[in-house]
Amino acid sequence: MTSPSIDVIEHAPSGKQKPKTTRYRRLGEGSAVAATLVSISSLLGLWWVSTHLGWVKPLFLPKPEAIWTAFLQASDGELDNHTLWGHFLWSMGRVFSAFLLAAIVGIPVGIAMGVSRLARGVLDPPIEFYRPLPPLAYLPLMIIWFGIGETAKIILLFLAIFAPITLSARSGAKSVSQEQVQAARSMGASGLQLIRFVVFPAAVPDILVGLRIGMGVGWTTLVAAEMVAADAGLGKMVFNASNFLRTDVVILGILVIGLVAYAFETFLRLFEAWAVPWKGSL
Amino acid sequence: MSIVATERTGFPAQRDAAPDTLQVENLSVRYATGDGNMVALSNIELSMAAGDFVVAIGASGCGKTTLLSVMAGFLEATEGQVRVNGRVTSQPGADRGVVFQRNALMPWLNVVDNVAFGLKLRGLSKRERHDIASEKLGLVGLSGFEGRMIYELSGGMQQRVGIARALACDPSVLLLDEPFAALDAFTREQIQELLLEVWSATEKMVFFITHSVEEALFLATRLIVMTPRPGRIEKTYQLDFGRRFLAGRDARGIKSASDFIQWRETILNDIHQDAGRPIR
Repeated sequence: MTSPSIDVIEHAPSGKQKPKTTRYRRLGEGSAVAATLVSISSLLGLWWVSTHLGWVKPLFLPKPEAIWTAFLQASDGELDNHTLWGHFLWSMGRVFSAFLLAAIVGIPVGIAMGVSRLARGVLDPPIEFYRPLPPLAYLPLMIIWFGIGETAKIILLFLAIFAPITLSARSGAKSVSQEQVQAARSMGASGLQLIRFVVFPAAVPDILVGLRIGMGVGWTTLVAAEMVAADAGLGKMVFNASNFLRTDVVILGILVIGLVAYAFETFLRLFEAWAVPWKGSL
Repeated sequence: MSIVATERTGFPAQRDAAPDTLQVENLSVRYATGDGNMVALSNIELSMAAGDFVVAIGASGCGKTTLLSVMAGFLEATEGQVRVNGRVTSQPGADRGVVFQRNALMPWLNVVDNVAFGLKLRGLSKRERHDIASEKLGLVGLSGFEGRMIYELSGGMQQRVGIARALACDPSVLLLDEPFAALDAFTREQIQELLLEVWSATEKMVFFITHSVEEALFLATRLIVMTPRPGRIEKTYQLDFGRRFLAGRDARGIKSASDFIQWRETILNDIHQDAGRPIR
């Protein structure tokens, strides 16, 4: 019996040239790196040209070099009593404690809402009510209730992050198939075992999406949280700089917050690809 | 394929010496619908003993899946009851292993952990449960696939994992709900033969639902033809085509023999008569 694959090999052109092949095309397939590089360098180029040719006043948009100078000043702590690193650590601490707290509380609450009508009935109205409110709207309330210390800031961030994590865990808990539940029950799973070994693992892909969204929302809310009586923090740095019309420092702060958030998004995406390779496959 | 002799693994601890039985007694199921009640099953009587391979066939809506769901404990009987080894059952339990049509494996676990899932729930050590799971995987011809992930397997292999998983808890009866319906014709024939070999090796009671007359005839020792409105058992036939295969006859030879074809027409006739006229 001759295998057709042998024919293909014999007819393949020798040398490094690849044999011609055919495949189905998909919408938007392929690498987007080139377009990304063009996009970023055009924006930077436009920035450089418009500032150097005097199209925009430095008050509105400083030169790129000015941001670098601001970065060096901030790193040395010449702007206020904190270095850039210090601001960064304070903000990281706040966002991360709120994020951890929101994950620890939000994931079980979301799963409970997915599997229990009691939990859903009790928790759905308050969560759905406050979720669309802008954090700035209830910030004054947080301050009146919890003072101007760290508690109010972390609770503000917590509330912002909690909603997306909870809702994603809830929808994840719903994504378990009836067959998976029945199979586990017919292998003798108790209610708690069902949640621990079937509902929770099935919800992990959605939970990871919720963590990504939550992390993004956390950084978004950071400036609002640090506006009030913060001693240090990236948000505070931006807010202070705006009072002194230090546009260069404002842009520096925006860049740092954006890059940090982007780095976490990338990390969580890689983590997702590693942790749930089965996502969307069954 | 060689048949692996299954020495009972001593699990669950020392099963009763009496052979397994399953009785469906005077079972009726009614669903509430918009305009009153729909009788899904009416006065079903069925008695199974160890070694029985019962296949239920019938047109859509005849209550096959409802019957299996009640036997599995997923659905409450409106009247009547199901007894497994004499005990009335109302909840799902590890004495009844279920194989679904699809979507029932846990994609976050690899093959061996899927098969060992029920053993983990009972708190067996990792080594014990992997030993049992590997043995069951051997039964369905998947030795060496322990570490694979579910999404790496073909549909036929996934269904074999489902069968191994149902066997791992050493149930009294296997309940299979159209397990091969989503498979291609070639895979389907192979896996039918494999199921007969597993059945012969384990001597479990099997209750199997299908839409395929050929599959039903080939597998069943007892074939029940169900008819809808209300769902009931219309005819019961004793068959031995599967035993012929296990005795060494060639599967295609059995399925193309004239008595098999006659049976096929008989069963099709039974189904069509009560499902109304065939749609033209």
